Amino acid sequence: MARVVVDVMPKPEILDPQGQAVANALPRLGFDGITSVRQGKHFELEVADDVDDATLAKIAETFLANPVIEDWVVRRVEA
Amino acid sequence: MRVGVITFPGTLDDVDAARAVGYAGGEAVKLWHADHDLKDVDAVIVPGGFSYGDYLRCGAIARFAPVMQEVVDAAKKGMPVLGICNGFQILCEAHLLPGALIRNHKLHFVCRDQWLKVENNATAWTSRYDNGAEILVPLKSGEGGYQADQSTLDELEGEGRVVFRYVGENPNGSRNDIAGITSANGRVVGLMPHPEHAIDALTGPTDDGLGMFLSLVDSVVKA
Repeated sequence: MARVVVDVMPKPEILDPQGQAVANALPRLGFDGITSVRQGKHFELEVADDVDDATLAKIAETFLANPVIEDWVVRRVEA
Repeated sequence: MRVGVITFPGTLDDVDAARAVGYAGGEAVKLWHADHDLKDVDAVIVPGGFSYGDYLRCGAIARFAPVMQEVVDAAKKGMPVLGICNGFQILCEAHLLPGALIRNHKLHFVCRDQWLKVENNATAWTSRYDNGAEILVPLKSGEGGYQADQSTLDELEGEGRVVFRYVGENPNGSRNDIAGITSANGRVVGLMPHPEHAIDALTGPTDDGLGMFLSLVDSVVKA
């Protein structure tokens, strides 16, 4: 078994109202110096050893992310 | 004239959609998300709600439902398909329509009666309207901001595939004030507002939405 992480982020040119709301809240909470926040999704998958990278990429591209509005990155990490 | 109305777990507006079909003189046929069966319908409505709890992304899981695979195949052969609200999101996720819907720009769920301008009356679902007509129907959605890359927007605008545009203040941050779009062949239409809630002045703000269902009945009778 391996652990695979998939990070999904809104594309830079796509409006991210949730990230903006977080960014706007930070100064009110007394945290200064944060100029931008983007909010995305982080998936952790426990994956059998025979699942190849192409399959993982397909999972990310067709299901976990919507490539119209989101970029995705797949990486294998130490379990 | 049989019009399928799909029910997913979490669908809310299938009953109103079926009622609208009946008002327009069609026969509504219940379709179940888990069946590979369109029951010989002439058209399909993908209604609003929160299919599969909107988990992951709105429409992302519903897109893979067995019935949607049948809808995609039928749409590619020219069957009229209408996606309302969550149904619009599902049609985008299924790549029957371009673009995607994201969280409203001000983050609030918007629930109000909304004026729309009809911009394309050559689709299977809008022939009863005059181009430029303004209609008032309910809008109720939290993720209704239409997004697409610039080349897709240019294509939609250039080909006249924007079907409805918001009138007045943009309620959700949709690019180009887009409320609804159509496929290249004008058979598939998706919109965020709810024409099926505006078919009778007794129960809705107007009966302006009924025209979409009457248009469909016309188009199938003609074909």
